[in-house]
Amino acid sequence: MLAKRIIPCLDVRDGKVVKGVQFRNHEIIGDIVPLAQKYAQAGADELVFYDITASSDDRVVDKSWVSRIAQVIDIPFCVAGGIKTEEDAKQILMMGADKISINSPALRDPSLISRLADIFGQQCIVVGVDSFFNQDANNGAGEYQVYQFTGDETRTQKTKWRTLDWIQEVQRLGAGEIVLNCMNQDGVRQGYDIKQLSQVRKLCNVPLIASGGAGEISHFVDVFQQADVDGALAASVFHKAIIAMDELKQTLKNEKVEIRLC
Amino acid sequence: MSENPQANFVIVDTGCANLASVKFAVERLGFAITISDDINVIKSADKVILPGVGSARHAMENIRAKGLVATLQQLTQPVLGFCLGMQLMARTSAEGVGKDEVVECLGLIPTDVRPLEAKTLRLPHMGWNTLTQVSDHAIFAGIKVDDYFYFVHSFAAPISEYTVARCHYGSEFSAAIAKDNFIGCQFHPERSSALGSKIIKNFLEM
Repeated sequence: MLAKRIIPCLDVRDGKVVKGVQFRNHEIIGDIVPLAQKYAQAGADELVFYDITASSDDRVVDKSWVSRIAQVIDIPFCVAGGIKTEEDAKQILMMGADKISINSPALRDPSLISRLADIFGQQCIVVGVDSFFNQDANNGAGEYQVYQFTGDETRTQKTKWRTLDWIQEVQRLGAGEIVLNCMNQDGVRQGYDIKQLSQVRKLCNVPLIASGGAGEISHFVDVFQQADVDGALAASVFHKAIIAMDELKQTLKNEKVEIRLC
Repeated sequence: MSENPQANFVIVDTGCANLASVKFAVERLGFAITISDDINVIKSADKVILPGVGSARHAMENIRAKGLVATLQQLTQPVLGFCLGMQLMARTSAEGVGKDEVVECLGLIPTDVRPLEAKTLRLPHMGWNTLTQVSDHAIFAGIKVDDYFYFVHSFAAPISEYTVARCHYGSEFSAAIAKDNFIGCQFHPERSSALGSKIIKNFLEM
């Protein structure tokens, strides 16, 4: 059976792994390559590297670390951040990344998703969606809305898209996988946004990865059992050694979640 | 560095994007390997790896443009295809073209790659899945049923007499196919952790 995936996410700024709370106040966690190696050996199913400065700074970012990661790890990894063109994507994939993830550039130019899928194959095109629940929207009933430039607090802004509409649009354009970052939950470790993920799941026919909110092992059990996501992404619980990979995977297995034990 | 400095291993430069991953995976095992699209280099290799990601149509266009079709068809040394590289070993593939059309592939293994019948399951078939059957082919030494490998694909080779390993996702399909000196894995050994490395090692030491 296809296993559910546990995906440590490493936010990268200037070649270092960093972590902030609700996308803010980034602190340095460590060097990329030894951390990547550590997670691969611990039994992570996949890794995601978000270059969190790239899209918002509008600058060319040194990506040579991608090649250094590809040299040492033997599990799949995805690179996100600052990929705006076919040429950017090609460079990252040629350096050894298995997938590329786009977010703000896809909002600016949705056809980028189709062009990338056509050239490199749907399977390696991930679309990241930063979704925020605005209680005031929709006449006070509240609404999930898509945000962009979330790597930089001063530039973070709401887009015209409702999350559920954008999820359908990116699939139509050729996204091979969707990572849903639930911003209200990010970094606060109170659990994944099961309610939102379940709504998105109903409309999502490609693999769906939950992001934002993991704080304890039970949160992973809940998100797989209740929202039927294909993978769960988390950062601080792994970086701060709050959750051990082997204990997490064994617990999921005991809870009858299909999982790859290492 | 190389455990066997005389051996001459080559990765065919198909113009696809995962060449670096495959090269790094071989190098992690302590072997040296060259990426090449030079006919003479490929012909004179002891072992050849045919990698690939993306669509069959694009990859076959690359291979034709490089003039490599006949060279690959005439290889007599062991050749290992990964993912799309495996699919290119088939006669035809339905990927990257319209309905009722097919792409002519290399025809090294007489099977035809078709859309994966995932039934109600989501596509692409992406992630770690178990093998449901493993033959005693030398490449699978030390590999058994229920071992996990990393798959990413929406097309597959059906079960046939050339199937040497099986996987199930909605329906059963070939996780690996082989004929004579040609072997192909649908999964990505270079991204399948220790067991994937084992398969690459088995091949290079065959």
